[in-house]
Amino acid sequence: MKLNLKIWRQEGPKVKGKLVDYPLDGVDGDMSFLEMMDILNEKLINEGDIPVEFDHDCREGICGSCNMMINGEPHGPQKLTTTCQLHMRKFSDGDTITIEPWRAKAFPVIKDLIVDRSAFDRIQQAGGYISVNTSGNTQDANSIPIEKSKADEAFWSATCIGCGACVAACKNASAMLFTSAKISQFALLPQGELEATERVEAMVRQMDEEGFGNCSNTGACMVECPKGIKLENIARMNREYLKAEVVG
Amino acid sequence: MSALVKSSLARKWVMALSGLFLVVFLTQHFTINITSVIAPDTFNEWSHFMGYNPLVQFILQPILIAGVIVHFIMGIVLEIRNNKARPIKYKRFDGNSNSTWVSRNMIYTGAVVLAFLGLHFYDFWIHEIDYKYITVGVEDPTRYIEELREKFVDPVRTWIYVGSFVLLALHLWHGFNSSFQSMGVKSVKQGDGFRKFTYAWAILIPAGFVFIALYHHFNHIAA
Repeated sequence: MKLNLKIWRQEGPKVKGKLVDYPLDGVDGDMSFLEMMDILNEKLINEGDIPVEFDHDCREGICGSCNMMINGEPHGPQKLTTTCQLHMRKFSDGDTITIEPWRAKAFPVIKDLIVDRSAFDRIQQAGGYISVNTSGNTQDANSIPIEKSKADEAFWSATCIGCGACVAACKNASAMLFTSAKISQFALLPQGELEATERVEAMVRQMDEEGFGNCSNTGACMVECPKGIKLENIARMNREYLKAEVVG
Repeated sequence: MSALVKSSLARKWVMALSGLFLVVFLTQHFTINITSVIAPDTFNEWSHFMGYNPLVQFILQPILIAGVIVHFIMGIVLEIRNNKARPIKYKRFDGNSNSTWVSRNMIYTGAVVLAFLGLHFYDFWIHEIDYKYITVGVEDPTRYIEELREKFVDPVRTWIYVGSFVLLALHLWHGFNSSFQSMGVKSVKQGDGFRKFTYAWAILIPAGFVFIALYHHFNHIAA
């Protein structure tokens, strides 16, 4: 299949970028999107051009690195998958594919399609943990009985891979789905109760300081999340925060 | 507590609470207005009560105006902050693939509703202030139904009202249901019933206002 790629090229964080056209022939429908990008880069290298920089690591939908806005959608047109899980059979011969980096003040572009997502790390570091003695006497988590529905909900929330698609999809560049998932995975379990108040306060404060936008409940984040993280997490975060601020 | 006031979540609560307050007001407003169709004497009676009761005039009315102003100002504040959160826009953004047009354009439907409120205040509230406090008209508990009918003689005004109610419905379609999400009321266990109720309300109340406007307009033409 022959494609016309329009890819965002930007030499560095302070340099102005632009969309550049790259015609690419010989793309197979069974290739993954990243394999298609690899072929493009090999072609560019062979032609003496600078390859397109993009993040990737596991290539099996776990690491959350392969962040690309493909034809105006985070991770492309296929729902519940990351870019590395997207196959070229989703596209047709002659298609024009526009590829851009995530756009948010809190996710500055480093180069081409790579953005700095360390804002997510700082939100996690602010409170996304529980205090457990891991010196060898760690209590087995299964020794505390937990209601099945709560365990399931906590697990669903914990499947967030922090890719940033929620921020990319949101018209306000809000990080509330990510932050709320990281709060929920602990808020639902007894192990998370000890630091519940400090956790939600610190993580929301950090989220605000990073410059993400406000949630206006469009639901775009949930639809585009490759792991299907639910919007109810945001409602839970709102409850947890109100409880923390009013009750303490 | 000071962190609460400054947080992005507090801004959501302010937006949601002021919106819910306006939803309650709209319900009350519709309840009174529909009597202009089914029981004009009751409309006169209730309108006179609302117009001359000191609790309504000097306590509830200022609260209502404050609610509108808070909702409007917070909407603009949030829009400005959200625009700043994405200073460089996408060259291609397919919002329709993941969200409704209404949910993404609340600022525009809200702006139309606000502009309509200006006309509505001019039509009824300014008129009332003038009648009661400036020209000091005689207290007449039977004047309201005729004043209302008179407003819907003009087809341009009538259709502006109808168009504004349609945009109000779109605004409420997202806003009413969304306010419960903002306040943290929603949960995974919650069924679809409540969401359906908010959608039904968002359609039925503005549709009711449309009916009232058109009823009086076409009644005038028929007469």
